[in-house]
Amino acid sequence: MKAIVTVVGQDRVGIIAGVCTALAKFNVNVLDIRQTVMQGYFTMMMVTEVSMCNLPLGDLITKMDEIGKEMGLSIRVQREDIFEAMHRI
Amino acid sequence: MLNQNDILQTQDMIDKRHLDIRTITMGISLMDCCDPDLSVCCAKIYKKITTCAKDLVKVGEDIEKEFGIPIVNKRISVTPISIVAGACQADSYVEIAKTLDAAAEVCGVNFIGGFSALVQKGATTGDWKLIRSIPEAMAATERVCASVNVGSTKAGINMDAVAEMGRIIKKTAELTADNDGLGCAKVVVFANAVEDNPFMAGAFHGVGEPECVLNVGVSGPGVVYHALQSVKGQPFDVVAETIKKTAFQITRMGQLVGMEASRRLGIPFGIVDLSLAPTPAVGDSVARILEEMGLEVCGTHGTTAALALLNDAVKKGGVMASNHVGGLSGAFIPVSEDEGMIAAAESGDLFLDKLEAMTCVCSVGLDMIAVPGDTSASTISAIIADEAAIGMVNSKTTAVRIIPAPNKVVGDRVEMGGLLGSAPVMPVHDKSSDQFVARGGRIPAPLQSLKN
Repeated sequence: MKAIVTVVGQDRVGIIAGVCTALAKFNVNVLDIRQTVMQGYFTMMMVTEVSMCNLPLGDLITKMDEIGKEMGLSIRVQREDIFEAMHRI
Repeated sequence: MLNQNDILQTQDMIDKRHLDIRTITMGISLMDCCDPDLSVCCAKIYKKITTCAKDLVKVGEDIEKEFGIPIVNKRISVTPISIVAGACQADSYVEIAKTLDAAAEVCGVNFIGGFSALVQKGATTGDWKLIRSIPEAMAATERVCASVNVGSTKAGINMDAVAEMGRIIKKTAELTADNDGLGCAKVVVFANAVEDNPFMAGAFHGVGEPECVLNVGVSGPGVVYHALQSVKGQPFDVVAETIKKTAFQITRMGQLVGMEASRRLGIPFGIVDLSLAPTPAVGDSVARILEEMGLEVCGTHGTTAALALLNDAVKKGGVMASNHVGGLSGAFIPVSEDEGMIAAAESGDLFLDKLEAMTCVCSVGLDMIAVPGDTSASTISAIIADEAAIGMVNSKTTAVRIIPAPNKVVGDRVEMGGLLGSAPVMPVHDKSSDQFVARGGRIPAPLQSLKN
């Protein structure tokens, strides 16, 4: 199962490192990353594989949200299906 | 990989445009709960509901979290109680309503529908008992919704039932006078009621439905409104295409959530109801969509045409997004639950007569309308008859959910709270329909050819 991780916040050193370290700790594999900085705002989207995650998806979502708050970022994890359903026929 | 803009667009719809799944509704058959002994019947009903729906709320919450889309309501609909209780010796079915209420509370759902009777051609003894239990049942319970189908295209209109429902609605208002007649917000009178409607207050689990099924109602007036802002001044062809595309996206969410929920609950997936259901929140209004098409205010000339386009485009867009479409499927125009409708009614631009015209082209009917407390039962019956006639002749579902707010007059406001919102008390015609309603009998089914 794939999940989309969206990270938004003020740009600074170590955002990707911090998010990827956390994901690695939960055994989530990063398949693809796209990121931009728009007017100082860091926006990153990752496609991740969560089938091997060592937490239930609901708990991963909560944990990543907490980690995001600690880092002063918004980190949102959502199943990929929702985007596929809406934008692919 | 998915386009970055697609991801942001979806998140934006949820965060800023009120995109949500309005309801996942579990339909449960209570046919196996019949018993001559009322208390045994109640015990069976309680056990059946609390067994079938024990995981409904949890599954809904899990899906909300994993997909990141709100599922606003988790609800239950059951077999019309007049059928289930038909064998009971009791004179009143209020105890069953209390049982439904208790079961709903245990399951954690906010509404349970199915305190219903289908009397379009005539009423059984059980149907009359149910109908006459409605006022007390609505006063004694919090979560139970009642509906009565009084007409259909095939059967005509049962005017005896229409007359009785006027009195029942008045009595329900009186018994819940402390809450401005809130009980009436849980009572719907239908023509051509559907068996798989997931929306309250009119949901019930029809006799043609399986043992247990999951139906989904989507929403998203805010998303459509926002999409139309990007096509200002363009021809209606563009407007219709824009609505279709948006409706497709909204419906796909409903289909996805419905499939996932039914899989986890181990029950069949029923239908997606392609509806635009407004909420009292600013930016989640059907009236504002109509105004965005170029009307100064909802209720002025052109409103019916705008609504017809909206309703049709929503269905066309949604139908391809779901493998089974059903329920009411159309734009809702509940006055108290729509910020734009409330504003239009308060400014004196939207009246009952225009709303009635609007119901000819959309789902569902005169919905969540507060009228003065001294409105007579026969006037309410006549309003019901008018709506039922529209449904009967046009082969569509129509309904009346009207609140004769005790001690309120035109200009007052009725506060119902939550998703039910607040309704300005609207004027009704003051000339009598007494003798019309007193005739009783049945209005014959209409001819279905020579259509003009």
